[in-house]
Amino acid sequence: MADEIVETEKVSELMSTFKKEVEKAFGKDIIESEINYGDLIIRVTKDGYRKAALICKDVLNLDYLSFIAGIDWMPMPTESEEGSGDTSQPAQPNEMTFGIAGSAGRFQVFAHVQSTSRHVGLTIKVDVDENELAVASWVDVYPGADWHERECWEMYGIDFVGHPEIRKLYLPGEFEGYPLRKDFPLLARVVKPWPGLVDVEPMPGDDGSEDEESE
Amino acid sequence: MADTPIIDIDPQTMSLLADSQMNLELDNGDMILNMGPQHPATHGTLRLVVRLDGERVLSADPIIGYMHRGYEKLTEYRTYPQITTLINRIDWLSSFANEVPFIHGAEKLMDVQAPDRAEYIRTILTELSRISTFLLFLGEMGLQVGAITPAFYGFRDREYVLNLIESATGGRFHPNFNRIGGLKDDLPWGWTGECKRVLDICAKSCDDFDRLVVGNEIFQQRTRGVGIITPEVGLSYGVSGSNIRASGVDWDLRRDGAPYLSYKDVDFKVWTHPDGDSFARYWVRLQETRESINIVRQLLDKMPSGPVMAKVPRIIKVPEGEVWVETENPLGQMGYYVVSKGSTGPFRTKIRTASFSNVSICPWLLQGIYVPDVVTVLASLYFILGDIDR
Repeated sequence: MADEIVETEKVSELMSTFKKEVEKAFGKDIIESEINYGDLIIRVTKDGYRKAALICKDVLNLDYLSFIAGIDWMPMPTESEEGSGDTSQPAQPNEMTFGIAGSAGRFQVFAHVQSTSRHVGLTIKVDVDENELAVASWVDVYPGADWHERECWEMYGIDFVGHPEIRKLYLPGEFEGYPLRKDFPLLARVVKPWPGLVDVEPMPGDDGSEDEESE
Repeated sequence: MADTPIIDIDPQTMSLLADSQMNLELDNGDMILNMGPQHPATHGTLRLVVRLDGERVLSADPIIGYMHRGYEKLTEYRTYPQITTLINRIDWLSSFANEVPFIHGAEKLMDVQAPDRAEYIRTILTELSRISTFLLFLGEMGLQVGAITPAFYGFRDREYVLNLIESATGGRFHPNFNRIGGLKDDLPWGWTGECKRVLDICAKSCDDFDRLVVGNEIFQQRTRGVGIITPEVGLSYGVSGSNIRASGVDWDLRRDGAPYLSYKDVDFKVWTHPDGDSFARYWVRLQETRESINIVRQLLDKMPSGPVMAKVPRIIKVPEGEVWVETENPLGQMGYYVVSKGSTGPFRTKIRTASFSNVSICPWLLQGIYVPDVVTVLASLYFILGDIDR
């Protein structure tokens, strides 16, 4: 047990020195930074995101690109009222809230890079303006960004400026719409509504007082 | 290669050419070859549009998405316990290993710690899925270079491991055994002894592969010096797992990542190979299979007693937060970025799969090699299409 505490302290010390280093390297491009479950999350400005790839690779020695993805913070539009017994999907809060390190608007792009020699990871978030859905591409620094950016483009409609050829990755060429946006409905549920709990039968000797035995 | 005149054809046109939907006379004698979508080397439906000059590959463009099931969207419509059923199907050869990072993510957000015994059993089953996945690879790789016998050995011995997984979890391929806070059940009576017996069979199987395949001169001629990934390029493409360790990068998340499962309690060696070619990737996976057997043996001897399930609420609600969890899966780094808003289901799940990045290096890697080697290089990268398309 004592070993574990020492270990945790060592990790948190490592993370706080890494955080200082990152803050120094990025300078005033950082809007917010936070340590979250052993992973450093920073939010950078749009200009900062363009430079971020170079800083990560050359200054911070983060040689491994894990992923680039998008997120849509808008709550999913639902038609059913709360408490109506609709079990088709988990009820999410109705107001728009943002995650760790915040966001300026609906769309964000986040990327995860890490170091194979120093064993630290960094998540970089950047806000994407809803009227001008574009951020810089990382392909010239991390060639592996190619497919991740193509996926993000087709799923969210976020353009990556400087990407050599942005085209559909998963979806067929004539597909319209951006499937991972929250206002894009899950078509299977539109065609056939979720039946909900249909096969619940009382067990023999069970008088339906199931809920009371919760732990 | 450098003085071959290359006319510019955009990938969309290339794809049409390969479909024979379009005719274009290439005046310099280049040929466009369509590999797949149903090719035996691809473990699913990967299509490769290859542009050839004689036997030499000028460019290769993988076309994916034939199996895209949209799991990232589906997770937004389901509760946490329901999602483990889905993510079982990402990398279907090592389903159990897929569940672990997601469950860990939810457990971290809920601040629940699974009991020691549950973590031990999880580690054992993860390593068993690694053994079964690699046994298939060790056999199949022989098949791709024209040796059929190893494939039968691989399938035969993998069956013992799958039976073992089935007897513990109830599912051969899709166990769905993890619960938030622990496991569905404890191990059945007598399982430990049976497991030790199977490990002995697998260890013998590894020796067989060592003699049959690694020591085989034809195999070495087909794989040595072919499809070399340099460490810098491999890392910038996000290549992970055994593929990058075969390029000499000493990086294994079981040892180097944030501590997870019970890997801190066992001694194991991380194998690397300096060459980075197809042979190195085979060799590293063979050694890692032996290492996994070693890990399971140690865990079976140290296994603590106690419950396998922590106290968790009946209806699982995960508090607001974000977490990134990564694990070393048989195919490489697998991770989930889970964003929760305090509901019964996640708000957004980014699924980072190993094969996706491992295959994205293909256009770079296949350039300039010969057609017969395309198959061996693809087989040595070892990807599962469900893991690319998710």
